[in-house]
Amino acid sequence: MDFNYTDEQNALQDTLRRFISKDYGFEQRRALAKSDAGFSREHWAQFAELGLLALPYPEEFGGMNGNAVDTLLVMEAFGRGLVLEPYLATVIVAGGLIRDAGSDAQKEALLPAIAGGELMMALAHYEPGARYEVSRVDTAAKADGSGWKLSGAKGVVLGGGAADKLLVSARTEKDISLFLVDRKADGVTVRSYMTQDGGRAAEIHFDNVAVGADALVGTKDAALPAIERALDYGIAALCAEAVGIMAALDEATLEYLKTRKQFGQPIGRFQALQHRMVDMVIATEQSRSMATLAAVKADSPDAAERRRALSAAKAYIGQQARFVGQQAVQLHGGMGVVDELNVSHYFKRLTMIDLTFGNTDHHLGLFSDMLLAA
Amino acid sequence: MDLNYTPEEQAFRAEVRAFVTTHLPADISAKVKQGKRLAKDDFVRWQKVLHQKGWGATMWPQKFGGTGWSAVQQHIFEEECGEAGAPLQLPFGLRMVAPVIQAFGSKGQQDHFLPRIVDGTDWWCQGYSEPGSGSDLASLKTKAENKGDHYVVNGQKTWNTLGQYADWIFCLVRTSSEGRQQEGISFLLIDMDTPGITVRPIIMNDGEHEINEVWFEDVKVPVQNLVGEENKGWTYAKFLLGHERTGIAGVGRSKASLKHLKDIARKESSGGRPLIEDARFRDRIAQVELELMALEITNMRVLSAEKEKKAPGPEASILKIKGSEIQQTIAELQMHALGHYALPWLQEALDPAWQGEPVGAGYAAPLSGHYFNYRKTTIYGGSNEIQKNIIAQMILGL
Repeated sequence: MDFNYTDEQNALQDTLRRFISKDYGFEQRRALAKSDAGFSREHWAQFAELGLLALPYPEEFGGMNGNAVDTLLVMEAFGRGLVLEPYLATVIVAGGLIRDAGSDAQKEALLPAIAGGELMMALAHYEPGARYEVSRVDTAAKADGSGWKLSGAKGVVLGGGAADKLLVSARTEKDISLFLVDRKADGVTVRSYMTQDGGRAAEIHFDNVAVGADALVGTKDAALPAIERALDYGIAALCAEAVGIMAALDEATLEYLKTRKQFGQPIGRFQALQHRMVDMVIATEQSRSMATLAAVKADSPDAAERRRALSAAKAYIGQQARFVGQQAVQLHGGMGVVDELNVSHYFKRLTMIDLTFGNTDHHLGLFSDMLLAA
Repeated sequence: MDLNYTPEEQAFRAEVRAFVTTHLPADISAKVKQGKRLAKDDFVRWQKVLHQKGWGATMWPQKFGGTGWSAVQQHIFEEECGEAGAPLQLPFGLRMVAPVIQAFGSKGQQDHFLPRIVDGTDWWCQGYSEPGSGSDLASLKTKAENKGDHYVVNGQKTWNTLGQYADWIFCLVRTSSEGRQQEGISFLLIDMDTPGITVRPIIMNDGEHEINEVWFEDVKVPVQNLVGEENKGWTYAKFLLGHERTGIAGVGRSKASLKHLKDIARKESSGGRPLIEDARFRDRIAQVELELMALEITNMRVLSAEKEKKAPGPEASILKIKGSEIQQTIAELQMHALGHYALPWLQEALDPAWQGEPVGAGYAAPLSGHYFNYRKTTIYGGSNEIQKNIIAQMILGL
């Protein structure tokens, strides 16, 4: 075991911090969230220049060969900045799925394009009514000549509106398969909307959408393990993002306790508030440990070990993030519930992170049920 | 940053496991695993076994006879000892007075006391709390008058753990009543055989004699038993509490307790089904396991960072708070797993020689008492509220 970052990782962290403090101020971010696209293409180009879009891919496909801890550092910084660009959807989840399950031809066509900032993608997997059940897919793909025809509906597709290409899970003969679909293909209807945290997601309908034989990603009837794995990378990334936000909220709250005066003294003198603040810091440190575990174990080839660690981290961080978010709001008093201060924005993002890719109850249940087998 | 064990660390674990499983006396591990009462000799025998292997003091630097192990190695060692059912290496000598002697003691004190701690010769106990000085420890009144070549000590200490077995006690005593109360405290090492010392038992809520009051009446202590400088004892006391908190997380033992809890939940039945199939109960086990998984990593992160800085910082308070809460939760769930068979109180069943018929399952007898006893963990070593004050002041600057 090793608890230190490498020199390269320290440098990456510095670069990210500079970017967030210089180019991702709160007011800029607020304006971006309200813009049509909901994010900035210029920022995306900057990410490409910094190598962030290439980070988790192999060098032979234009990548940087980064590991899970590199991604953790990026997501933690993005949490602090409340970054709106669809890094999670494109680079971590969809790109990760191509990296792990795509053919060489698909990797060559897609990964360098993602790394260069020219291509955005999204995974269209969860369906209305399925809630968090990953294996519940009703969208169907029927063989049609040498290709396929897809019909069905996908719900709350993160970054779905901005994606050039979609990875769509659909039921084939025996089980679930995965297809690469152009967002502008005939029969694809995208309804994009703003999410509670200022991001973008979409409801997407597929009405007899024709794709060629080369649209199949991975093995027919065997896409589920790859999808689960990609979602686990997404979970690890969300955990890291949450820790970045929690640390930022702790700092903001501590500063507020030291400066806000009531009863003739800084409110941080009151023991009731001091202990609450300490509980927040402890929750954040414990969450940092779990986010690190999630990052490292997301790479594990052992599916059971991965499931256990990732569900543990998502459930635990969901709980701790709720606590830190709610307490940060409470300790800021009225200032905690207004739009003009970043605290409410951090709180909303933390809350939505819990509800994404399986909430606390869902993952605690998965973790708990594994005790039956152990 | 990598949370996977290296091949060297895996080999180290295999070495520790091989040693502990072959050299831990079977009668001792049986007592530990069954929650039986441990005798003084059980603790001492295990310490001597470890000492012979050179592993008597895993937390000490090598120059004082310790192993000089990394935080990860210590963690592996504790985990393997917990798994094997080894008794706790009591902290009073190893983790409490020894670091103070190493940092502030004279060469003579180091040469005399440290080898006797690591080889199990001397049993140490703690003289900190007094009836009127608990969380406000610096208000302590036990008085030591300097008479030139010796001190005369008068007063009363309390919450003294296992002092009935002790050869030595380290005490905070008042040597001055001038200035701030913290500035008149000294750190004395006192031989428990000295005339004038009386040890009176305090019976805990589980019916066991674990703690004592210690009375001092004109007790003569040679001046060479003063550690460091007179009236500087508060500094040493705080240093000691930092070390105490570091060992207190108890991750290795909690992992073993959690495993025991799961075993019990599989054996107990509820309506004809194994209790573990009850999702409400199972989720409570899952919840404490999440806390423990996080603490395991936090513990190693903090200890690794401390190793580079040499002394435990206020971050150790985080370990104390979370570690004690987890220990209590596991103890509580073990008791609740028994259902109404948590009610029978068979004090005699804690005796290793007892041959009677258990009421309910064989593992049931110690569990409720353990739960009641473990309410101590959030109180001792600086209550968790005091720990939060320390974090608020030392880390957060509030």
